[in-house]
Amino acid sequence: MSSQSDRQRPLSPNIQIYRPQLTSVLSIGNRISGIALGAYAVGLVILLVAVASGPDAYAAVYKFIGSWVGRIVLFGGTFCLFFHFCGGIRHLVWDAGYGFSLRAIYLSGWTVVAASIGLTALTYVVGAILAGYGP
Amino acid sequence: MSSARMRSPLGRALGLGSARDGVDAWWRERVSAVALVPLTAWLTVSILMRADKGYAAVVAWLKLPITTTLMTLLLIALFYHTALGLQVVIEDYVHSRIKIPVLVGMHLGCVALGVAGLVAVLKIALA
Repeated sequence: MSSQSDRQRPLSPNIQIYRPQLTSVLSIGNRISGIALGAYAVGLVILLVAVASGPDAYAAVYKFIGSWVGRIVLFGGTFCLFFHFCGGIRHLVWDAGYGFSLRAIYLSGWTVVAASIGLTALTYVVGAILAGYGP
Repeated sequence: MSSARMRSPLGRALGLGSARDGVDAWWRERVSAVALVPLTAWLTVSILMRADKGYAAVVAWLKLPITTTLMTLLLIALFYHTALGLQVVIEDYVHSRIKIPVLVGMHLGCVALGVAGLVAVLKIALA
């Protein structure tokens, strides 16, 4: 048995060799956005604990969210949320047994890209209007 | 439908599957994902509508029974889903002897953060 495991076996090509495709990019993107959202879940707990602690703690967290770093972080979180949200629904449809044809996979893939960009834009447009910047 | 019904009868009798309860973890991740679809949509819209209303308005909103209920459900589903998702990521990429400590630490961290969020929500609601 040991001679078999010692033998130099051919390895499958490393992932970097392949040209990125929509399917592979969305696959790893769903995972990366999920990991990022884990960090944003920590942020949600920090926000809730700050509200429970009182106005001063809330003001400190709110000040960070309002800073430029905070705004960029929040923008990234909004996109990650919608991306993982739409990608997750795509996975649930697959888990239900639908949408496995090559055409359906690319259609749903581009739908995820368009919907997550569109929903992020919509969120900021509605936010701007509610804040009084809009018509 | 329960996760048990997603195995073949022979597979169940032989105890086959990824470490025998992989289907269960897979199924729980899906159930929590289904729960998170309406809950995260609700949270996003709610935050958007109250972004600049001040501390008192945020507290008043969190004190509403519907908000307390939905936020509690969200925290449970969110950290359950996060723990299951991160477990798969760690199992895929961490192969050294630190794999088990990392998994245990991640799970304990998710429980601790979820409980901290729940205590904060209940403290606001019941204060």
